[in-house]
Amino acid sequence: MAEASSNLRTPLILGDKKPIEVSDDICGILERKPTQLWWAAFGVSLFVLIVGAIATAYQVSTGIGTWGLNKSVGWAFDITNFVFWIGIGHAGTLISAILFLFRQRWRTSVNRAAEAMTIIAVLCAAIFPLIHMGRPWLAFWPLPYPNFRGPLWVNFRSPLVWDIFAISTYFIISSVFWYVGLIPDLATIRDRAKEGIRKKIMGILSLGWDGSYRTWVRYETVYLLLAGLATPLVVSVHTIVSMDFATSIIPGWHTTIFPPYFVAGAVFSGFAMVLLLIPIARKVMNLEDYFTMRHIDAMCKIILLTGSIVGLAYLTEFFTAAYSGSVYEQFVFMNRAFGPYAWAYWIMVSCNVISPQLMWFKRVRSNLYIVFALTIVVNIGMWFERFVIIVTSLHRDYLPSSWADYTPTIIELLTLAGTFGLFFTLFLLFCRFLPVIAMGEVKGILSYGRSKRARNVSKTCDEPVGMTPALEGEEA
Amino acid sequence: MSRRIFLSVFDNEDDIMDAARAVREEGLTIVDIYAPYAVHGLEKAAGFAPSRLPWICFALGLAGAAFKIWFEFWTTSTSWPINVGGKPWNSWPAFLPITFEVMVLAAGVGTVLALFITSRLWPGKKAVMPFPGVTDDRFALILEEKDATFNADAVRRLCEKYNAVHTEEREENKR
Repeated sequence: MAEASSNLRTPLILGDKKPIEVSDDICGILERKPTQLWWAAFGVSLFVLIVGAIATAYQVSTGIGTWGLNKSVGWAFDITNFVFWIGIGHAGTLISAILFLFRQRWRTSVNRAAEAMTIIAVLCAAIFPLIHMGRPWLAFWPLPYPNFRGPLWVNFRSPLVWDIFAISTYFIISSVFWYVGLIPDLATIRDRAKEGIRKKIMGILSLGWDGSYRTWVRYETVYLLLAGLATPLVVSVHTIVSMDFATSIIPGWHTTIFPPYFVAGAVFSGFAMVLLLIPIARKVMNLEDYFTMRHIDAMCKIILLTGSIVGLAYLTEFFTAAYSGSVYEQFVFMNRAFGPYAWAYWIMVSCNVISPQLMWFKRVRSNLYIVFALTIVVNIGMWFERFVIIVTSLHRDYLPSSWADYTPTIIELLTLAGTFGLFFTLFLLFCRFLPVIAMGEVKGILSYGRSKRARNVSKTCDEPVGMTPALEGEEA
Repeated sequence: MSRRIFLSVFDNEDDIMDAARAVREEGLTIVDIYAPYAVHGLEKAAGFAPSRLPWICFALGLAGAAFKIWFEFWTTSTSWPINVGGKPWNSWPAFLPITFEVMVLAAGVGTVLALFITSRLWPGKKAVMPFPGVTDDRFALILEEKDATFNADAVRRLCEKYNAVHTEEREENKR
């Protein structure tokens, strides 16, 4: 926080840095040898990943009869995990694209890491439908390619085919967006590196970037265009995921509230995951000047907002069921709250609706330990949300004679654990080999060499910490 | 063909911004500026035209969407019609989600490829920088010495007024 005499806002980057210091701080992480803490974290993640890989190999070679599914509950753990991971990814795109369009300059510190998180989370998500296909080596069948079976085309009216397109487009565009953002930073690393393997690889990846401003003008235009494209894309992805459910006639799924409810939930869980990773990254890599309490505060507010939207959606679902006059709809919701899976329902409500409300308090938002604990709670809650939606709607359907219960098998649990192993393994590798902070963007928000702009800062601004751009009047 | 250029190096964005404005007011031609990050408003100060890539993006998005909706209609109604739940062959609303995704894919990937082509960026290209540090913390301003009226000393004094840390005349092969 600024001194009492100053009416300037807290700077986005602390320590009054010069551009060269930013390069030193961020590239230094890559140029040093990894710390023991990194090796420990990497070892644990890799171990969990290997366990998950063994479980995956077992279920693919044996068949998905190794799962706890039955005739009534045909979707359960795998789809829960799929929706969970896709949702995690959404925060990355929100930070990189939507906050870019809204000129939220604090995003520059976190967007690189959040985008990496998005790409890795989508990879983790894709594993589940692949395994669920039973024969993952035929995973290209849902794509419409000319074939010798007619050609027999895929059914473009099916939400599952929409999903294939949505997820693959999302993965490709997120990766492209991330890579385009990386190019200038890769060039910085290339030019700092001594002759050797790093310089070679970065030389290839940076595409001969030389900092020419004519290129910068095009680059900035393309970045804006990609942000504009990614914004509706991210909304469409979870909308389409929700339509996997909403276009069916299962009570509890067949509802028009699903798209906005899923998108808000996705952003909610994604920000919780970002807030889980950021405090670790800032401690392990000494990036306290870049990931400041101001960033954490802003993200907590987004969690509070989206968490409240999710809570409102839960209430709306109940109201709609009660008001609909449909006995099946009413039964499903009573069964959710008081049936055999009531424990899961109440975990969901307490984690997702009640716990984020603590973030109304500044003292909670400014305490890293509490924030860290809350993000874990929210992640658990959002996982249970998907579990509740999927399993409780299926396990007691229209026909009481086919009612059944579902329990995950050890194989399913290990597969879920394995995706966490994959997630953290890839994230740790990212932290080792690529700049975790977008240097090219952070240098643009430093106060160094911008005396003229500092003078433009609004004099009446007395709110020291907030989500509005740091330097008022800059976008004129 | 070679040309003579005048290089001046600055170490912060206020200086390069003012210098770019000043040399243009003197009627000099800015060949290019090299910068470690995008400086807000520098393209206006240097008089660079806005990029025309949005048009490419628009055209590619339109083409992607048009192709996809035609393709979905053709496969579903002509190539091999299948009756799914009694839905009509031309179920346009159900075709829209994928049409949207393909539009975004074509526009996004295509625009980035267009950026690489127009800016001549490709894997393995050797970066030629006028001065070390322009991808790190330095700004380089490059002027063309068009004819004999170019007064290098006057330009040097002008750039030094804006805290140029280095100035130099160079012979350069035109790319």
